[in-house]
Amino acid sequence: MSSESRDNPLPLWEVFLQPPGGAAHEHAGSVHAGDKEMALQAARDVYARRGEAVSIWVVPSEQITASTPEDMGPFFEPGNDKAYRHPQFYKVPPGVRVS
Amino acid sequence: MSEPFFEYLLRLGDDRLVLGHRLSEWCGHGPTLEEDIALTNIALDLVGEANLVLQRAGQIEGAGRDQDALAYLRTDREYRNALMVELPKGDFGYSIVRQFLFSTYAMHQWEALSACADTDLAGIAAKALKQSRYHVRHSAEWLVRLGGGTDESHGRAEDALNDLWRYTGELFATDAVEQALVKQKLAVDSSSLEAVWRRDVADVVARATLTLPPDGYMQGGGRAGGHTEHLGLMLAEMQVLPRTYPGAKW
Repeated sequence: MSSESRDNPLPLWEVFLQPPGGAAHEHAGSVHAGDKEMALQAARDVYARRGEAVSIWVVPSEQITASTPEDMGPFFEPGNDKAYRHPQFYKVPPGVRVS
Repeated sequence: MSEPFFEYLLRLGDDRLVLGHRLSEWCGHGPTLEEDIALTNIALDLVGEANLVLQRAGQIEGAGRDQDALAYLRTDREYRNALMVELPKGDFGYSIVRQFLFSTYAMHQWEALSACADTDLAGIAAKALKQSRYHVRHSAEWLVRLGGGTDESHGRAEDALNDLWRYTGELFATDAVEQALVKQKLAVDSSSLEAVWRRDVADVVARATLTLPPDGYMQGGGRAGGHTEHLGLMLAEMQVLPRTYPGAKW
């Protein structure tokens, strides 16, 4: 994955926001910035100026190793026909609420 | 004693309204999408502060003028902002240097005004202080990067600092209006902010490998309504809609 796009020479950073309430950080989008402080500020200005977050992570996009579309079959499909891997055969004990 | 306080609130409000408008001129013209949004955010923060301060000014004046009447229906001679904030936005380096010089001043001003005897203004100050800290951080970090960047960015930042320096003296000038209010704890003595401002500015300017300009002649007059030619042109654009269609709603 290239960290530079053609029309913006600055490196790309992925932005993760933690919403108020303590849930885990979630991917929000990406920003271009020259270094980590400016990436953090850009993330704040672009994604978190209306109270969306209590914490921000920025990660250089090139540091993320991602699966490719070609990995779809070998990575994810073998699980689908092995029904015993899914927990639907267990009886839910009375009193346990399933949401 | 409401008249000096009205005058003082106009100074506070007009600084922010005029600078907010100048910054908003970057909307759609920022160097990157991210910075376009960042500058517009700061512009909105400043216009929001002006909205609250001018609203309070209208209440203190007691003549039936609200914040819109004060913003849109005064002429340039009735504006009380410091000259620094009305100068054209210049290049990105110029806007950043000005933002840093002003926001550092505004941050210390809001901090002192958080203890204002007028609880409305104290409340506005406490709220504005938080966002002004971000304005300082954003503009300071940019200044460090422009100063330490290429020869061109360093040169432009240095030119901006040298051009703007003569307008910094006005921020710390005090007068009878202010002094009367200081005694009643309604205003902060502007001259008391200079030492801490200078300390902060010198620190960031050094980090940016720039040189603090020597103190020479300081330009003033804005607090008394004596403005540069730029303010009238800016207000013509800012006020055209409410002046052309009085009472327009949408």
